[in-house]
Amino acid sequence: MNALGIVGGVVQPVLLLAAAPLLAGVLEKVRARLEGRVGSGIWQPYRDLRKLFGKEPVDPGGTSEMFRLGPLLLLATTVVVAVVAPFVTTAPAIAPAADLFAVAGLLALGAVALVLGALDTGTAFGALGAGRRLTILALATPTLLVAVVALATRAGSTNLGAIVSATLDDPVQVVSPGSLLAAAALVVAIVAETGRRPADDPVTRQEATMVHGAIVLEYAGPDLALVQLASAMRLAVLLGLLANLFVPWGIATSMGAAAVLIGVGALVAKVAVLGVLVAVAEVFVARLRVVRVPQLLAGSFVLALLAVSAAFFLT
Amino acid sequence: MLGLLRKIFRTGRVAERDPGRPGYGLLAVAREFSGSVQVRHVNAGSCNGCEVEIRSAFGPVYDAERYGAKLVASPRHADALLVTGPVTRNMAEPLRRTHDAMPGPKAVLAVGDCARNCGAFRGAYGVAGAVRDVVPVDLEIEGCPPRPEAIAEGLRRLTGR
Amino acid sequence: MNVAATFLAAALVLGVLAALAGSLPDYVLKANLRAPAAGLGTALAGAAGVVAGIAAMTGDPYSASVPGVLPLTGVRIELDPLSGPFLAAVGVAAVATGVYAVGDARSRVVQSVVPLFVIAMLLVPAAGGVGTFLAAWELVAATSLVLILVEHRRSPEVAVAGRWYAALSQLGFLTVLIGLLMLAGRAGDSFADLRDAHPSAVVAGLAFVLTLVGFTTAAGIAPLHVWLPRAHTEAPSQVSALMSAAMVTLGGYGIVRIGLDLLAGGPRWWWLAVLGLGALSAVAGPLRAAPSGDLKRLLTRSTIGGMGLVFVGIGAAGLFAAAGQRVLAGLALTAALLHVLGHAAATGLLFLATGSVVRATGTRELETLGGLRRKMPWTTAGFGLGALAGSALPPGTAFVSVWLLLQALVHTPPGTGTTIGVAVPVAVAAVALSVGLAVSALARAFGVGFLARPRSAAAEQASESPPFLLAGLGLAGLASVVLALGPTLVLPALGTVSETVLGEGERAVTGAITVRVAGVAGTISPLLITVALAVALALAIGGTMLLARRRARRAVPTWDGGAGPAPRRATTFAVPAYSIERTEGRLWRPALAALNAWGEAGRALATGSVHRYVGYGFYAVCALLAILAVTR
Repeated sequence: MNALGIVGGVVQPVLLLAAAPLLAGVLEKVRARLEGRVGSGIWQPYRDLRKLFGKEPVDPGGTSEMFRLGPLLLLATTVVVAVVAPFVTTAPAIAPAADLFAVAGLLALGAVALVLGALDTGTAFGALGAGRRLTILALATPTLLVAVVALATRAGSTNLGAIVSATLDDPVQVVSPGSLLAAAALVVAIVAETGRRPADDPVTRQEATMVHGAIVLEYAGPDLALVQLASAMRLAVLLGLLANLFVPWGIATSMGAAAVLIGVGALVAKVAVLGVLVAVAEVFVARLRVVRVPQLLAGSFVLALLAVSAAFFLT
Repeated sequence: MLGLLRKIFRTGRVAERDPGRPGYGLLAVAREFSGSVQVRHVNAGSCNGCEVEIRSAFGPVYDAERYGAKLVASPRHADALLVTGPVTRNMAEPLRRTHDAMPGPKAVLAVGDCARNCGAFRGAYGVAGAVRDVVPVDLEIEGCPPRPEAIAEGLRRLTGR
Repeated sequence: MNVAATFLAAALVLGVLAALAGSLPDYVLKANLRAPAAGLGTALAGAAGVVAGIAAMTGDPYSASVPGVLPLTGVRIELDPLSGPFLAAVGVAAVATGVYAVGDARSRVVQSVVPLFVIAMLLVPAAGGVGTFLAAWELVAATSLVLILVEHRRSPEVAVAGRWYAALSQLGFLTVLIGLLMLAGRAGDSFADLRDAHPSAVVAGLAFVLTLVGFTTAAGIAPLHVWLPRAHTEAPSQVSALMSAAMVTLGGYGIVRIGLDLLAGGPRWWWLAVLGLGALSAVAGPLRAAPSGDLKRLLTRSTIGGMGLVFVGIGAAGLFAAAGQRVLAGLALTAALLHVLGHAAATGLLFLATGSVVRATGTRELETLGGLRRKMPWTTAGFGLGALAGSALPPGTAFVSVWLLLQALVHTPPGTGTTIGVAVPVAVAAVALSVGLAVSALARAFGVGFLARPRSAAAEQASESPPFLLAGLGLAGLASVVLALGPTLVLPALGTVSETVLGEGERAVTGAITVRVAGVAGTISPLLITVALAVALALAIGGTMLLARRRARRAVPTWDGGAGPAPRRATTFAVPAYSIERTEGRLWRPALAALNAWGEAGRALATGSVHRYVGYGFYAVCALLAILAVTR
């Protein structure tokens, strides 16, 4: 752990936590404009959160601590990932936790915690959403793992900071076939994992068509605020990871105010561009039928497998 | 896909100009909502005329979302209950339950003449009463059906935007 | 006798005493004393087994031979580092199930046979000669068969399970027997002789394949795993726990002992086969676990997945050793051994918690469970901990072992040949997929079975199990937590084991809090991750309290769409696992049909005429003599 790591460990979670609602607002605004609407404005998620934190917390009958723990764990796992993974700096704050497997495991743990919270309510829609979410998770997590392993074999380490540094040292690798396949697989996994179209529809109001929406149907007030904050942050974290794994330039590699500021600026710019792309893509694609989503993910998993094979053979 | 893109650019913005905030007062509960109101809609026995207008109010032309109102699926997420139609006997209990399921502070909007005073269905055998007979109502929007502008205006008195 | 041997002897004596106590009739030892005597005896035998295992891993090797106990070969005991992890795994499972059994008194048969089952399992890794190994192996098979059949009056399913188990375990024993005798016939009985024998490639290959068939059957590795979901589901929970946690790992032991130790590695295709079968099981097990409606069946399938990961590790270790990558081989083998230990603790805990549920509700169906966390908080906590430990999520027990395995696979240098270039990506994919599917299956089991609201009267009226039973859960849970947070306590010893098995190399794993991997750049610390997670959780709770205006929490009915409570069902879950179910059926049906046809054909030979049978015997002896005359 060095000075840069400590600065990163503080700046990254604060930045991602503070700016994640803005990302959600930008996505919403872009979609509204493409649909010919004005939209509720990029600051609307902050208003939503302020209001939700002020509302009355509600305990649905028969729920236990698991119901309340779900959103808290979802946020906590995402914050830990924001601390350790390379977003602003390549130096990890806690090196033995900056591993690819740890990050993927933490993200999955958060998702599982929320799913258990939904199952805890015992409602039909909760169970429906939980089943779908677990199916997506069971395929998206391996895709994420295998796709990044394709980059890790090249870098000779599964430490995410080391992978990013390796790409900085050898930029040509970004356009290698293994890398491109991994990027494609990762995009699909992230889209499914964050509940965007075509895997899920973030704006649907039909319970039967929901995945993430059906899971959080019972959450109200501060609990719901946590879920919304954590979900926005997960999107920011995953997009930031995607950006830095394939386009790492701008990330701080040495200590210094200028380097860190450039790192922050680069991260914001990269995540904003990816966010706008996600929002634009969502206007063009329809949501897939639920039974088709595992097929989409299986396809992305095969892409990731090809990426690893390519990383082994074409080096 | 290119066709859709061309259409998006050709159409541009279809939302009407913001007519300005309603001159008359905000509801007291609006201060708690601070510009963000999630709305759960309950059709308590409407003829679907009001539903068409609500759709329209949230559609691209009137775009009630720009004022911070948003339709949601669960009463747990909702701050306001949008009730249409006279309350039929079968819907009285579900309406009460939906209202109870919402976390406080909360508001109820009765949309349309039927919701206000049962309209054309007054005295019908299946009707339990107007919305205010079942749950406390904060704001009533008149019209049969009300114009989308009126619905958007009612929502703005909740969001304060 | 050194420490390991002393404690092994103590374990054997305690086990025999426990078996005796368990078999005493009521007028000698009252039933309410018999359960504590047998149970605690088993637990003590297990504890002695754990100590023996630790001593074997860290101390000097020990070997002894007692001629005359077994005909022809005598008993040979050999305790070397490789025996250690497996002795410890059996011991951990035995301690937990022994204490559990005090609270869950069963019939005298169970009480007297379980200790024998445990000491048989302790003898398998301690055996130092082919005869002893085979005798112990058969004793494991026989005692476990008795234990599976104990509840045969309960349902005809039990008899079916027993038949499958008997057929496949004896088939496995037979292939192991033939394989080992092929080796021992030339070299001699003791393992030391076998190490020096250096058999020809053909003999070694044939022996390896034959033993591989037997050991994959025992470990529940696809495609010979079919007995496992049946037998483990129908056995009493305490027995299922022992079988799933400890017995299946002995299959892994067999492969390492024969393939890596006695035959000193081998060509790449051996290990490709091990890795391929392991990868198949690692994916197919959890994939089929996900839609299971029976809690125990679900766990048996995740057991298959866990053993699949162990075999992937062993296969990778052999493959790397064959390719001359000593460090990676040591890493992969260490990962497999750590997974064995973690598997023993986590699976034992899961099965014991399930046993507690079955005891309280009388059902294993997820559909009729639910809502147990209010009535059975400790059992629920135990199952939750076991599910976290068994799925490779941080901070779980399997997390570190799977991470180590991935380290070995990721650091494969390019250009080590096409076989490895194909095998490694497939192994990575299988491991990743196995992890994802296992998480999904175990989360579903926990959420549907223990959370939510009760879906039947039985679940509604469940009450928490007695303290001894819960203490058994607690011991398995403690082992899981220790392995999850402090894998560094056992990893150096496991590194030594790999070193002795694979020959000189670098110590694979070092580090006190952080796991550091030698030769490759990689560190991980489950303890630090857990601390970071706890801090983040505390911050999230504090932040919420700070931001939220403190309104009182209001209890409300769950949102049911406003129309009143809907019927509660658990099975709103679909995974494309049915195609595999069909494939499996297709795979086995021709084999069973062929077996049937063979039996029918056999009838023509066996007409019941005694003259004919004497004739068969005569011709067989003549043929044997002729063969001997020609070959000698």
